[in-house]
Amino acid sequence: MNEEQIRKTIVDVLGQIAPEADFDELSPDDNIQKTLDIDSFDFLNFIIGLNDKLGVDIPESDYGQLATPAKIISYISAHVE
Amino acid sequence: MAEFRMPSLGADMEDGILVEWKVKTGDHVKRGDIIAEVETQKGIIEVEVFEDGVVDQILVQPGEKVPVGTALAIIRAEGEEERPETAEAKKTTPSTEEKKAAPEKPKPQPAIKREKRIRISPLARRFAAELAIDLSKVDGTGPDGAINRADVERAAARAKKPEKHVPEQPPEKKERAAGFHEGIRKAIAAAMARSNREIPHYYLETRIDMSRALKGLETENRKRSVKERILPAVLLIKAVALALGDVPALNGYWIDGVHRPQEAIHIGFAISLRQGGLVTPAIHHADLKSLDELMEALRDLIIRTRAGRLRSSEMTDSTITITNLGDIGVETVYGVIYPPQVALTGFGRITEQPWVENGMIGIRPVLTATLAGDHRATDGHTGARFLDAINKHLQDWEKL
Repeated sequence: MNEEQIRKTIVDVLGQIAPEADFDELSPDDNIQKTLDIDSFDFLNFIIGLNDKLGVDIPESDYGQLATPAKIISYISAHVE
Repeated sequence: MAEFRMPSLGADMEDGILVEWKVKTGDHVKRGDIIAEVETQKGIIEVEVFEDGVVDQILVQPGEKVPVGTALAIIRAEGEEERPETAEAKKTTPSTEEKKAAPEKPKPQPAIKREKRIRISPLARRFAAELAIDLSKVDGTGPDGAINRADVERAAARAKKPEKHVPEQPPEKKERAAGFHEGIRKAIAAAMARSNREIPHYYLETRIDMSRALKGLETENRKRSVKERILPAVLLIKAVALALGDVPALNGYWIDGVHRPQEAIHIGFAISLRQGGLVTPAIHHADLKSLDELMEALRDLIIRTRAGRLRSSEMTDSTITITNLGDIGVETVYGVIYPPQVALTGFGRITEQPWVENGMIGIRPVLTATLAGDHRATDGHTGARFLDAINKHLQDWEKL
């Protein structure tokens, strides 16, 4: 899976959680929770969504490595088959 | 016989639109069944019935806007005879009079005349309302001349050609969404203004060492799949519920100058709506639920709140409110009590802070818990015992 596909999946999953968000405005180093106003419940759903679509099981202790789009992409790239 | 009335789902709710009946005349209903949907400022609410019995008469048809308290249906107790004068009574039920007496807002509702009963499927009714079709001018082709969806569509097509009736649709829909948020804003404004006008608040604050609870939760979550993980907020809800068991004076209402503590613990949990505003639906019997059940209840409630599909009991039953603003980064919440409740607990963000214990200084994850109490109902002493009880339950988190 290449970076573009991962990016698209992330946008898809976030789109279900924050339907009104404009992802073009989201830059790679923005904190997604703050920029998209995502609370801990939404964030858990985001992790569940990534798990469903990409099969990555993200342990709770790694949540800190998923703060920005750039970090999410590098984390997923490293963990997905 | 009991009247099933348009419920009041907030201090400032004046009227509601009956959207749909989930039952029909002759159906058996049980206390707690959802039997109707009502559109209010806070979205579409599923309304529960309070008696066991049989639906004897339906007095208000879908699409009608009626004041709070208007009888919507008559529920006959099981075994009670159907009244012989039922047919006659239909024309002179109090609801009709109340409805006429109530000041009608000029806003055009789909014209549904009660004198001439129109047979129509619920789907077609909704469709007609959306398209602003006058049902008295639609010819029904269904059984007994009932109007179905196709009839409405044909009528809409007819209306479209000669006059420009339908193109007004899109702006109207937008207006409706804006109206919903305006409604929520108004509801919050009314409740909060009343709170600050009437309730003499007192505030207490305490810092809680969360290291044991968080470590325990982390260990537990590590064993679980992503979908089964529990959020720290759930621990807080349970700790508050158990603390209310220890200090029951804070669980309840202040009504007409009397403090009325409640036995059942229904925790209103503030849920923000993505487009602004918030709703605080109740998690029923939070003290009796396990952490897993609470997580499930919270998940379900958040989804339905954001989709605008709450039940009437969830809108009215809360005996205390929790506001958890930790996700956004604030440390301390000074809440405004939601009347007629007598307390609100606030939680901030869990942050690492220096902590001194037994003469040793260390770094711990610390949570600031606050209480806004109604001084008419309780004193700071009671509130202090309550915050102390929350702390005790969080230290003893295995028993939550």
